[in-house]
Parts: sequence; C-alpha cells; structure tokens
Amino acid sequence: MELLDYAKTFLTGGGICLIGQILMDTTRLTAPRVLVIFVTAGGILTALGMYQPLVDWAGTGATVPLPGFGYSLVKGAQEAVLEKGLLGALTGGMSATAAGVTTAIVFGYLVALLSDPKSKR
Amino acid sequence: MNSKKEEARAYEAYVKEFTPKPRYFRNGFRAFLTGGLLCCAAAWFKGFLLKGGFDEKTAGMLTTIALILLAQVLTGLGWFDTIAKFAGAGCIVPITGFANSVVAPAIEYKKEGPVLGVGAKLFSLAGPVLVCGLAVSVVAGLIHWFRV
Repeated sequence: MELLDYAKTFLTGGGICLIGQILMDTTRLTAPRVLVIFVTAGGILTALGMYQPLVDWAGTGATVPLPGFGYSLVKGAQEAVLEKGLLGALTGGMSATAAGVTTAIVFGYLVALLSDPKSKR
Repeated sequence: MNSKKEEARAYEAYVKEFTPKPRYFRNGFRAFLTGGLLCCAAAWFKGFLLKGGFDEKTAGMLTTIALILLAQVLTGLGWFDTIAKFAGAGCIVPITGFANSVVAPAIEYKKEGPVLGVGAKLFSLAGPVLVCGLAVSVVAGLIHWFRV
C-alpha cells in the first residue's frame, strides 16, 4: 500500500473520531450514545449510497470506525436481498457482521469471566 | 411543577459554574491522532493479510476480529481505560470501543454470577448498538427490495 493511501486512511479515520470527540465534549451525549449514533448514521449513509465512496477512498479509515459497522450491516442486507429476495433483508445484516459480533460476544464473555473489576488509573 | 423546573434550571446553571470546561482542542487533536493511527495500523494489518493470500472480504473480517480481540484483552487487563483517558473518542469510536463496551460492564457485574451477571451485562451497552444497527439494516434491505 502506498503512502498516499495511508494518508487517506489516517485523515478519514481520524476525522470520524474527531467528530465523535466533538460530540462528546460539546453535547451531553455519553460514549454509548455516540456509538449508537455512529452505527445508525453509517447505516443510513450507506443506504443513501453516500458511504460506499468513502470506503473506496479511505479503506479501513472508513470501515474500522463504527459507521463502518453500520455500513457492513446495511451492505450485507442489500446484497442478501439481491441473492435471496425479501428474506435477505432479515438475514443479510447479521450474516455479514456475524464474525465480528460473535467474536465480540464469545471472546468478551471469556475475558469477563477471567478478569476482575479494576479501579481506573 | 413550574417552579420545580425553574429550580432544576437554576441548579444546572449552578453546577455549570464548577464543571471544568473540556479542553476541546487538546481532546480533538488526541482523538484525531489515535483514531487515525489505529485505522492506519488496521490498514497495515489488512495489507499484510492480503499479501498472505487472503481475499478482500476475509482480510477485512480478520482485521476486525484482531482489533476486537486486542481491545477486549486490554479491557480485561484494565489498560483500555488508561488508553481511553488519553485517546478519548480516538479509541471509543473505532470498533475497539464497541468491543470494550461489550466486556467492560460484564466485568463490573461479575459478582451477580456468570449467567445473569456477566451473560446479561455483555449486552447492556452493546445491545442498543446491535438493536439500532440491525433495525437500520432491515429497513435498508426492505427499501432495496422495493427498488430492485
């Protein structure tokens, strides 16, 4: 990968995080709400066809931040609709993100069982 | 009723006097820097996988999985909060923040048992994210079906 591609990734990924930071600092939105807003916004932008160009331009800079999760969900549903028809709308989102979600849940369960609460440093 | 509202408003103004103002510029810079670097690290890892012969989709999935594993191990060790103190949204907005939001409450409620404590609290923050995300995907899928 070229240096320019890294610059695009850095700018986009950093930019999305910057928006999140501004939202958290200037409004009363807490982190979980920001997560929900970003996933939803990513999904809606994908449905409107506005997120795909960003993914093509920035790669992981657009897919690693949470709007990218919304992007995968919606893209999965749209592709499944083309393949399986109406039922795809129900199965597509979950199947496209199954790897990440299942990892987060199962490995998260394991980690939580193995570690103890700690005070913030 | 009305006076209570006024009281609440007065209290809010009073509290605001003492709440330290967030350092917008510093926080924003840190979030931009860490978020950007994290995405670049992900890009490097994905490139590495692509060179290793994985296809685009698998490489992307493995990258996401790696980030989730990393964030959850760091949360388990108690280091994630230390990093988040510096990075702010820089590590909360990427998928690492989602991974953290799955584990963190589960660890806190460990005392309530492995099923209703850890098992249930895994979803206390991640649940809303999944619910909203899936809802949007179903609606988008339906719209797509009507259009094609």
